[in-house]
Amino acid sequence: MKSKAIATLGLAFALSMPMLAFAQETDIDQKVSEIFGALFGPFVSFIFYSVPIAGVSFPLIVGWLIICAIVLTVKMGFIQFTGVKHSIELLRGVYSNPDDAGEVSHFQALATALSGTVGLGNIAGVAVAVSLGGPGATFWMIMAGLFGMVSKFTECTLGVKYRTEFPDGHVSGGPMYYLSKGLANQGKPVLGKVLAVLFAIMCIFGALGGGNMFQGNQAHQMFANTFGIFTETGWLFGLILAVIVGAVIIGGIKSIAKVTEKIVPLMAAIYVGTALIILFANFSEIPTAIGVVFQGAFAPEAVGGGIVGVLIQGLKRASFSNEAGVGSAAIAHSAVRTREPLTEGYVALLEPFIDTVVICTMTALVIVITGAYTNAEGLGGVALTASAFQSVFPWFGVVLSIAVLLFAFSTMISWSYYGLKCWTYLFGEGQVTELIYKFIFCVFVVIGCSMSLGPVIDFSDAAIFAMSIANVLGLYMLMGEVRRDLSDYQARLKSGEIKRYK
Amino acid sequence: MSECLLVGIDNSDCSRRAFNFACKRAKSAAARLVVVYVIEWSPYTFNTPEENEERHKRREEEITRANESVLDPVLKQLNDAGIDGSGIVRHGNVAEVLNGLAAESGADQIIVGRIGESGLKSLLFGSVATKLVQLSTVPVTVVP
Repeated sequence: MKSKAIATLGLAFALSMPMLAFAQETDIDQKVSEIFGALFGPFVSFIFYSVPIAGVSFPLIVGWLIICAIVLTVKMGFIQFTGVKHSIELLRGVYSNPDDAGEVSHFQALATALSGTVGLGNIAGVAVAVSLGGPGATFWMIMAGLFGMVSKFTECTLGVKYRTEFPDGHVSGGPMYYLSKGLANQGKPVLGKVLAVLFAIMCIFGALGGGNMFQGNQAHQMFANTFGIFTETGWLFGLILAVIVGAVIIGGIKSIAKVTEKIVPLMAAIYVGTALIILFANFSEIPTAIGVVFQGAFAPEAVGGGIVGVLIQGLKRASFSNEAGVGSAAIAHSAVRTREPLTEGYVALLEPFIDTVVICTMTALVIVITGAYTNAEGLGGVALTASAFQSVFPWFGVVLSIAVLLFAFSTMISWSYYGLKCWTYLFGEGQVTELIYKFIFCVFVVIGCSMSLGPVIDFSDAAIFAMSIANVLGLYMLMGEVRRDLSDYQARLKSGEIKRYK
Repeated sequence: MSECLLVGIDNSDCSRRAFNFACKRAKSAAARLVVVYVIEWSPYTFNTPEENEERHKRREEEITRANESVLDPVLKQLNDAGIDGSGIVRHGNVAEVLNGLAAESGADQIIVGRIGESGLKSLLFGSVATKLVQLSTVPVTVVP
């Protein structure tokens, strides 16, 4: 088994060699960019079709996600505020039957789903929002995070409700299952199937792009900038990363993934902890910073597009970061074995809160309080975040590089799983089909690190957002059902039919 | 109602001594004996999506294995000796599970070995026996 896995890995890299060879030649790099641009350019411009509002282009897809989040918030009775107490009780295991001990706990499901979303979006994305939209973007980011909580609530509830359990005991779930089964229940099996397939295809592209190439690419940039190694040899960096990713997903060497899963929360804690130290050290300036954020949110100065411009930057980055309404988290949450699908929704609504309202806000406040956003060099992205932290702790660049690398790695592992679930939904479960997907995934790690393919990156972002076209349509059609289940659940919770064990 | 003893076992020599001790006590007092095998598990770990997906399957396997290789032979032994015995397999923190099950099954006493399977871990974090003594609501006998 192991030797077979190693042989497969060897084959994977032998086959990817020619790609590495052309990766180094810029003219071929350009050619690929051109081909990608020509092939997928129309798709990218379709997904990111923008209308000018107050002189700023507003991508309709962002509005699509935000409007869905607001509609769901009203429909579910502002559950992101009323349900938090219950979410925390569920996480603490208050309602877990001791007889079920040993199954995936609510905490574990949340942690796994979070490791797929916490990452570059929280570090680099926020900096982009603040550098383009000013400090006020933070306010709108928090708003988007708060409303996004209900999108996650709805999609994760549906994910658990309509998952498929296989005879051997393992489970598969996600939008492709609730779209096909849920809409079939409403007498629309064809529409359900079409949306499910559309979602699955986009999810595979999203996994290879945003969940893979983009991550590897950014990790490489950060690494090369900080340590000055692999600057010219991105393909080598990519190859090493691909071997490690391959060892986990093809070779089944779980220990690497296990170690990462344990270090990532630690890195997140170090990151948030450092941010808190910086904020406390500048305690007296916090009111000023909050003032700047509010003023920037409603009466911005010198930002293109005024208030609308700020709003768009904030909403866009929050959606990129927490993926609420995209449908990816529903795949991760479906593994939980719970009698009540609603409990998973309750737990999942904490995700955008932790991701966007807590971690993104920390980053933003550090950037605002250190004044890093007013820099003359025009820094943006991860470099801006790094400079903000380094202005207080010069050594933080190293920590940040390691954090970025680990976040990128764990996001890759999570997304490789999301993509795999969609792949097996389309092509069936089986060792050969799964191996083909995993091999393709590893090759794309190398490609992502060795090239700077603008159009490909555009395409991968577009694919992730395209997942939301099918998913949000499904959420609208199934929200009535979730609302009924929620009322029923709340009634049983009140009557004591759902038992407390602690 | 007759007395009820609860004994926690794993694969260690020490737990075997605890079990033998419990047998002797149960025999002489004509007590009920509940044998518990705890699979160390925490709900607060960080897993990969694949581990989560397979978790239910693994859990069933773990329980089957514990029943087949540990509990079944022990229960047969009890049956042969004419002791009224039952077995429970459960996941969780050993001391907490033993304490919880003692309350659930109305046990009058808990019997455990001093050193379990994970010798090094107990050296660092304190042993199951120590924690149980602090936690328990019924008398605890620790067998050396």
